[in-house]
Amino acid sequence: MKKENMTITNHRRIARNIYEMELEGKLVQETAGPGQFLHILPPASDSMLLRRPISICKTDKKTSRLTIIYRAEGKGTNQLAFAPEESRLDVMGPLGNGFPAENVSPGEHVLLTGGGIGVPPLYDTACDLREKGIELTTVLGFSDKETVFYEERFRELGDVYVSTEDGSYGTAGFVTDVIASEKLSFDRIFACGPVPMLKALEDAYPNARGSISLEERMGCGLGVCLACVCRSREDSDGTDYRKICSDGPVFSWGEVLL
Amino acid sequence: MSRMSVSLPGLEMKNPVMPASGCFGFGEEIGTLYDLDELGAIALKATTLEARYGNETPRVAETASGMLNAIGLQNPGLEKVLSDKLPPLASKEVPLLANIAGSTMEDYEAVADALSASGRVGALELNISCPNVKQGGIAFGTDPDLAAELTERVKAVSHVPVYVKLSPNTSDITVIADAVEKAGADGLTLINTLTGMKIDRKTGRPLLANQVGGLSGPAVKPVAIRMIHELRQQTTLPIIGMGGIMEAGDIIEFIMAGADAVAVGTANFTNPFICPELIGELGSMLEHEQVDHLYDLRAEEAGVR
Ligand SMILES: Cc1cc2nc3c(=O)[nH]c(=O)nc-3n(C[C@H](O)[C@H](O)[C@H](O)COP(=O)(O)OP(=O)(O)OC[C@H]3O[C@@H](n4cnc5c(N)ncnc54)[C@H](O)[C@@H]3O)c2cc1C
Ligand SMILES: Cc1cc2nc3c(=O)[nH]c(=O)nc-3n(C[C@H](O)[C@H](O)[C@H](O)COP(=O)(O)O)c2cc1C
Ligand code: FES
Repeated sequence: MKKENMTITNHRRIARNIYEMELEGKLVQETAGPGQFLHILPPASDSMLLRRPISICKTDKKTSRLTIIYRAEGKGTNQLAFAPEESRLDVMGPLGNGFPAENVSPGEHVLLTGGGIGVPPLYDTACDLREKGIELTTVLGFSDKETVFYEERFRELGDVYVSTEDGSYGTAGFVTDVIASEKLSFDRIFACGPVPMLKALEDAYPNARGSISLEERMGCGLGVCLACVCRSREDSDGTDYRKICSDGPVFSWGEVLL
Repeated sequence: MSRMSVSLPGLEMKNPVMPASGCFGFGEEIGTLYDLDELGAIALKATTLEARYGNETPRVAETASGMLNAIGLQNPGLEKVLSDKLPPLASKEVPLLANIAGSTMEDYEAVADALSASGRVGALELNISCPNVKQGGIAFGTDPDLAAELTERVKAVSHVPVYVKLSPNTSDITVIADAVEKAGADGLTLINTLTGMKIDRKTGRPLLANQVGGLSGPAVKPVAIRMIHELRQQTTLPIIGMGGIMEAGDIIEFIMAGADAVAVGTANFTNPFICPELIGELGSMLEHEQVDHLYDLRAEEAGVR
C-alpha cells in the first residue's frame, strides 16, 4: 500500500455520468491481481474528509499506469469529474484482495457478471483470464442505454450479453434473466454489482464455484475502523464478521451473508 | 527531556501525540505502515467483557468537515484482546492507553482489572461517553453520580492510572469532570463524539443503520477547545485533548487551551501516516519558535495550573 499523488494522464466521459480516468504512479507496481481498489481523496476540497473507494479497472505495470471508471454520483465523485488531465490526485492503494483469477485452470469456462458501476473490476479480471487462454462469457447489466460502457472491450475477450433494466438496449431485465434465458453454463462465476444482483445470483446458483465483490461505506479502507463489516454465513455466535476493505472486497461464493 | 516529551500518569510520552481510541484499532494495520514507537502513546480500541459485533451498516457518513460514525463498540472481547491483540504490541515500547467500555459497572470492573494487570497497559481510559451503544455508556457519561461511582469502582480494581473520557453531549461538562475528579480519576480525556444524524435524501430516512452517530473531525474542534479551556479553569488534572486535529497548528491550539497531550482520530482515515507527520511538523514548529518545551507556548494566565 502506498499513499501517492498520482498524475491524471487521461480523463474522459464514456457514458452518461460515467468517466474513465487513467492514472500514473509508483503504486501501480504493487497491484496484486484484478479486483483491488484505490481509496481516492476528492480533489480541491477541505470539507470532504473521507476517501472514495474506486476499483482498479485495468493495470499496466510497464507504463506504471492504471485505469479507473467511476460514476459521478455524489459530492466527491462530481468533484473528481472536474479534475483536469496532468493534475495530481491523492490516492491510497492498491487495497484489498481481488478475484482469484490465478486459481482458474485451463479448460474452465468462466462467467463474468457485472452490474452498473460493478463492471470495472471485471475488465482487469477478464484480461488476466484471457491471457491464460481461459474461455469467457460476460453478462453486463445497466439501467438504460445511455449508461452502457465497455461492451466492445469485453467483446474482444469473449461472448458478451447486455441487459438494461428499462429494455432500451440489449435484453430487458436483469443479468439473472439473461443467464436464464440464454441458458448460460459455467464452471466458475465472478460477479460484482449491487447487493440485490449478487444475492439473486447466489440464490439462483447456490452451489456454484466463484467469487463476488462487495461494496460498503468506508472509513479507513485499511481494516482499522470497522466501518465496512459484513457478517459471515458461518456465524456461530453472532459476532463473526469480515471487513470488506481488507478481507475483501472479493469473497468466495456463499462466504458472507448478503 | 526534549521539547516534545510529556509525562502523564502512566504514560511517559516522547511526544504529545497519540492516535485516538477507535481510529487505530490495536495498531495491527497501521503498524505495517510505520514504526509504532514513533508515537507518543496509543489509545486502543474500546474493549468490552464479551465480544461485540456492533451496529449494522452503514456505520459511517460524511458531513461537512466531519463524519458520523456508529460502529457500536465492535471488538473481540476481553479474552481475545488479552490473547491476540496485546501480545503483538509486547515488542514495542510505546505506552498504551486501554479504552474500556461496558453496559454494567461489573463489566467495567472486570475489564479494568484484567487489562490493567496485563503488564503492557500504562493507563486505562474509561469510555463513559460512547453515543453508539443503547444501554449504559452514555448514561454513565451524563449522570455525575453514576460517573463518580463508576470511576471509584474502577479505581479500586485498577493496577494503573485511570483517565475518564468525557462526553460533550451534556449541558455542563464541568459538573461531570468535577464528580470524576473527586472520585479519584487520574486524568481526563475529551472530547468523545457529538451525537448527530444525517438523512439520506434518496430514502428520506436516517442514513446510518443506527440512525444516530457520533460526529468527529474538524467540525467539532471548536467545541473540544472550548470544553478543554473551560475545564482548565477548574482542574489541575492532566487532560488529553482531541477533536478534529488535522495539522500541527491544531495541536498547539489544544495545548494552549489547556491540554497536556493530544489524540488524533478521524484524520487517520484521511491519511494513515498523519501521526508521524504531525510529530515531525510539531518538532519543526517548536524549533522555529525556539521554545525549550511545548508547554512554554501557553499563555501565562491560562488556567489554574
Ligand atoms: C470496493 C469498492 C469498489 C468500488 N468501485 C467503484 C468503481 O469502480 N466505480 C464507481 O463508480 N464506484 C465504485 N464504488 C462505489 C463508490 O465508492 C461510490 O460511488 C462513491 O464513494 C460515492 O462517492 P460520492 O462522492 O459520489 O458520494 P457522496 O454521497 O458524496 O459520498 C459520501 C460518502 O459516502 C460514501 N459512499 C456513497 N455511496 C457509496 C457506495 N455506493 N459505496 C461505498 N461508499 C459510498 C463515499 O465514499 C463517501 O464517504 C466502489 C465501492 C467500493 C466499496
Ligand atoms: C470510527 C470511530 C470509532 C471510535 N471508537 C471509539 C471507541 O471505541 N472508544 C472511544 O472512547 N472513542 C471512540 N471514538 C472517538 C474518538 O476516540 C475521538 O474521541 C473522536 O473521534 C474525536 O476526535 P477526532 O475528531 O480527531 O476524530 C471513535 C471515533 C471514530 C471516528
Ligand atoms: S473501512 Fe475501515 S475497516 Fe474497512
